[in-house]
Amino acid sequence: METVNYQNFRIEAENICVDYNGKVALYDANLRLKPGQICGLVGMNGAGKTTFFNALTGFVNISKGKIRINGESVRSAQKDQTIAYVPQNEGIDSQFPISVWDVVMMGRYGSMNIFRCPRESDVQAVKDAIERVDLSDHLSTPIGNLSGGQRKRTFLARAIAQRASILLLDEPFSGVDIRTEKLISELFIQFKNDGKTILLSTHDMIHVREFCDLVLLINKTVVAYGETSEVFTPENITTTFGGISPDFLFGPES
Amino acid sequence: MELCSFLTLDSFIKDPLTHEFMRKALLMSSLVAAVCGFLSSYLTLKGWALMGDAVSHSVMPGVVVAYALGLPFSLGAFIFGVGSVALIGFIKQKSRVKEDTVIGLVFTGFFALGIVLVSKIKSNIDLHSILFGSPLGISLSDVKQTIFISLLVVILLSIFRKDLMLYCFDPRHAKTVGINVFFLHYLLLTCLSLAAVVGLQSVGIILVVAMLITPGATAYLLTDKFDNMTVISVLSAIISSLIGIYVSFWFDLETGGSIVLAQTFIFLFAFLFAPRYGIFKLKKLFAGYK
Repeated sequence: METVNYQNFRIEAENICVDYNGKVALYDANLRLKPGQICGLVGMNGAGKTTFFNALTGFVNISKGKIRINGESVRSAQKDQTIAYVPQNEGIDSQFPISVWDVVMMGRYGSMNIFRCPRESDVQAVKDAIERVDLSDHLSTPIGNLSGGQRKRTFLARAIAQRASILLLDEPFSGVDIRTEKLISELFIQFKNDGKTILLSTHDMIHVREFCDLVLLINKTVVAYGETSEVFTPENITTTFGGISPDFLFGPES
Repeated sequence: MELCSFLTLDSFIKDPLTHEFMRKALLMSSLVAAVCGFLSSYLTLKGWALMGDAVSHSVMPGVVVAYALGLPFSLGAFIFGVGSVALIGFIKQKSRVKEDTVIGLVFTGFFALGIVLVSKIKSNIDLHSILFGSPLGISLSDVKQTIFISLLVVILLSIFRKDLMLYCFDPRHAKTVGINVFFLHYLLLTCLSLAAVVGLQSVGIILVVAMLITPGATAYLLTDKFDNMTVISVLSAIISSLIGIYVSFWFDLETGGSIVLAQTFIFLFAFLFAPRYGIFKLKKLFAGYK
């Protein structure tokens, strides 16, 4: 796949601001990620995590600052299928009449012709992706009949089929079963070895320690950013969560 | 009423076909139903029922102005349909008023403007046929317009079928992989306005929203596959139109109302007996009690 040896940043966000009709959702946020890095995005509800994702994918426009994806604009990153977004389970309509196969095939849409007719290579990519998330028995199952974990894996497969080099995952571990959690962690290691860059938001502090090389603590703006071992301190977490002590968040034993 | 003549199903179906206006009404209404049914799947899944209602009511002043100026009424309707949506978007963005309130006040405003215009512009506009439809009295120029618009909508929807499905399902992903979401949004709105324009000839402005949501809702209860949903939606829309027109012919009922009522009954049937999502779940009934 890709080589990890170049020094360029995959994601470069410089002083970005996002506001919705005058209401500031995120300001002066910075982030730099290299190939092969996994970064945790931690913050309260409404701290701007989803907004940050939306800015990186170009789903919302930034009012200030600069975003470079592989050194290029967000627009060209969209064209090149560089970024894949894996939504929260709550972020999708689970009653939509669509099968696992069709969802994963949507990962290929961006590189198909205007009628979105799958080529042999698209079919193969979808098949492989579904196999990697262990859903081959559910190809034609409507997503409404899947468990939370299976649905999460479906959207991961869509990101895999897209062959994106950057993955943005919104709460990848929320509401999933142990099996899915294990499978996702294995995939993370593979992605890392492939040189993919991962940014994931999570509420679960254990996962940050377990997977993330870097952590970005935000509360409308960056509270702290750096190596997990250095930045992920009780003091910083307390600041991020508006003064709530880490004891409360972790439980007293940690 | 010729009660004896529909003693047999054969004459029930064939007798109306001897009338030119009935053949035309059946054909045109089926075409319109097919178009609205096709679009209906998208609107139901996107949750645009209220939007459909808004657009269909807002075309009213456009129809009146176009008639007064001697322009094709579909043109006026289209401009006001799209205009209402633009206005809704603008007010929503620039004020703190909630979206459903904005939609409600914009379309009633447009609709009221239409009614006032009808009373002011003394012409041969038949208010009744605009409000309640007149599939039996459709003129030749209307037939041409309807066919043209219907084909246009069907072609657009067919080309962008999958993109629109993705847009309804997960617009964020669509945007992320470089698909033009802005274009799809306005494409769907354009198709909505056009479908409302042709639909109002069948059932009138007040009821046209039923053509745009009921078939989709019915199909949604019957299947978990998007393609099947589209097919069922189109078929149920066509069948309702045929039933509505026949019933209105034999029992001398308002045609538009009969068509929509037929759709409602089909929906109720699905609601009660749909194999998986009906409240009585037909599958279980057939399986017997154990």
